[in-house]
Amino acid sequence: MSSSLAIQRENIRKLFPDTFKQARKSRLRGQIIFFLVLVYLIVGFFTLDVVDIPKKWKPQNAAMFVLDTYAHKDHVTMKWENHEDIKIAFEGNYRSVYGRDNLDKSIPDWFYKNSDNVGNVVEFNNKGKAILYKDKVEIVNFPKYERDFTIKLNSNGKPYLVGSEDLVIEDLKGFRITENRVEFRPTLYERIQVYPKKVEIHRYSIGWKYFWFDFSSPLEPYTFFEALGLTFSKERVVPEMSNLKLFLTEIKDNEAFMHGRVWWAMLETIVMAVLGTMFATVMALPLSFLAAYNVTPIKTLRFMLRRLFDTLRGIDFLIWSLIFLRAFGPGPFTGIFAIGFTDTGTLGKLYSEAIENTEKKQQEGVQSTGASKFLQHRFGIIPQILPIFVSQSLYYLESNTRGAVIIGAMGAGGIGLQFLGALATGNDFENVAYMAILVLAVVIFMDRLSAWLRRILIGSDQLIVR
Amino acid sequence: MTKALPANLEQIEVNLKKLTNQRTRSSLLGIAILILIFFGGTLVSLEANAGSFGRGIANFFNYPRDLFVDTFEMGWKYWPRVVKYIPELIITLNIALFSTSIGFILAIIFAIFSSRNLIRNKKVIQFTKFLMDVTRSFPTLIIAMVFLYLMGKSSLPAVIAITIHTAGALGKLFTEAIENCDGKPIEGLSSVGATWTQKIRFSVLPQVLPLFLSYGILRLEINVRESTILGFVGAGGIGEMLAALIQWNYGADVLACMFLLVGTIIALDYLSAYWRHKLIGANQ
Repeated sequence: MSSSLAIQRENIRKLFPDTFKQARKSRLRGQIIFFLVLVYLIVGFFTLDVVDIPKKWKPQNAAMFVLDTYAHKDHVTMKWENHEDIKIAFEGNYRSVYGRDNLDKSIPDWFYKNSDNVGNVVEFNNKGKAILYKDKVEIVNFPKYERDFTIKLNSNGKPYLVGSEDLVIEDLKGFRITENRVEFRPTLYERIQVYPKKVEIHRYSIGWKYFWFDFSSPLEPYTFFEALGLTFSKERVVPEMSNLKLFLTEIKDNEAFMHGRVWWAMLETIVMAVLGTMFATVMALPLSFLAAYNVTPIKTLRFMLRRLFDTLRGIDFLIWSLIFLRAFGPGPFTGIFAIGFTDTGTLGKLYSEAIENTEKKQQEGVQSTGASKFLQHRFGIIPQILPIFVSQSLYYLESNTRGAVIIGAMGAGGIGLQFLGALATGNDFENVAYMAILVLAVVIFMDRLSAWLRRILIGSDQLIVR
Repeated sequence: MTKALPANLEQIEVNLKKLTNQRTRSSLLGIAILILIFFGGTLVSLEANAGSFGRGIANFFNYPRDLFVDTFEMGWKYWPRVVKYIPELIITLNIALFSTSIGFILAIIFAIFSSRNLIRNKKVIQFTKFLMDVTRSFPTLIIAMVFLYLMGKSSLPAVIAITIHTAGALGKLFTEAIENCDGKPIEGLSSVGATWTQKIRFSVLPQVLPLFLSYGILRLEINVRESTILGFVGAGGIGEMLAALIQWNYGADVLACMFLLVGTIIALDYLSAYWRHKLIGANQ
């Protein structure tokens, strides 16, 4: 059976020798291209140091980064010189100290006096405890550790782990001991550091605390919905203003997440994208008619406009934003014009190509009624290209939103700059995550909005190219 | 269609008027909304901008003029400077080309797993589509910034960011291409008992490959721009050089870098148009 098949195949091969030669040739070409791409990928792999990823990738840093994006921490600090003066601060911020008199902010329930009434206990979420005494720190009750630990200061005032000589390696994991510091970090969520001068404890919990109302807000004791409910009650939380006003201003002026500033920055970015696209559309519309051969008979004008489009597009929005940044300073105008100029080139080119590809018959039909040139274009060309114009402008709206974020980060302001700022501080990673999610949501929203508008305006959400 | 025709011409007249009115009204509404957005946006911009609009317009030519004046002062010594920055440009191009290639491959995998005519499992399709949406929507700058923070200054964050974004952006286009391709070759191969991979290899791929390459070339052009921008925040290449030169106020060198960039982008623009023209033919 198989041999007869082979014979048949051979016959076919003999019958159409040219076809098979062609196929072999094109297959060979494909293989050569494939080989070249492979060679390039290997070269790129080494020239771009992709091999260094494991070396550069510091899991510890990444874990800390990710941890801080979804968790918050409280700092507990005790100075050895006065062991009763213990400061508990949210994220170590000196403005968010628990139990400070003028704020009337009660001490959290995970901090209490020990049963012997001498030590102060910091209880972690995993039920492990750090007990602070006048001259020592006891670490007790940690899961996965069989025994308790004590850290003391020696006669030179340096911290040391009591009885560390007797401990097995299994017990010592989680400890990091240097001359001036003993650190205990069994998991990412608990961290106890003992220095010659002080003890510092970081206690992590999951979630974005103070997302709606910040530490010092009068509405902080309430949850979001409780506070929303309060806005309907007549009884004022603070005498100065109504509850609704308080509710809104407290959210707006939240110090931790800065909703007011972030949302204003987001608005700036959206304005850049929308007005930039509008600007480009308005500029490109008449220019594209002048650049289309079936509308404009003057060849030189067409040629010049084409080169103008190329230049506007070629000078990338990066360079445009640098130039406008010098002129307008940081602000949305820089973004609007940078986007507008670049996209005038892009849209102008696309529009003029669309105009050139229109059906000639409709225009001829209008011409046959004795209409003027202007009316011919108005009723012969515009109805054909309007959906294409709308579709393309809306399509660029979404990518311009992303562009506006980038221009913002280059110095034009908006959410891009806020993002850079939050990242640069090096510890506000929950803000970084918040803004990243916000940007993601807005870009996806713009994408959906533009698709929806395209659907209701022209009946199809696909990009019509020609 | 089942609706009865209007009894007389008058009825037609009335209907036509109604439709025209409706159309005019929605057009006016649309224009009103656009004007509202325009004024609202202008107000926001005026509020948020550091400098005033009028002064900005007046200053528009100052910076370009300074650059050109600096350049003319240099005279013939200028050209070696332009050449000096070519290696930086090559780094930028390398980042773009490498990440486009890797992103291209990832996008093909994404597209295969999100095409309705190749995958039956709805959950897989939805998940892949979601993944593409997310990777596509993050501006490259944000991904690159985070990785720059985590890995220190090098080109790698740019490569990672552009690759991720390219995979999502191309994946979406590829999915559309695969879903729109002719189903008959797939049926033909099914009829002779081809496996799933064989079907993709011999019926889908030959149909969509030219389109894929065309999209890929277009993406390469975009990615050259992107990698320049990422250089600005510290990913190396000509972008980083340009940022430093601007800070030092070396006008002539800034202009040299800009010329190199604009030249490259325009050249790539023409090249990509030419290649795509060759790939998908003149009539498309």
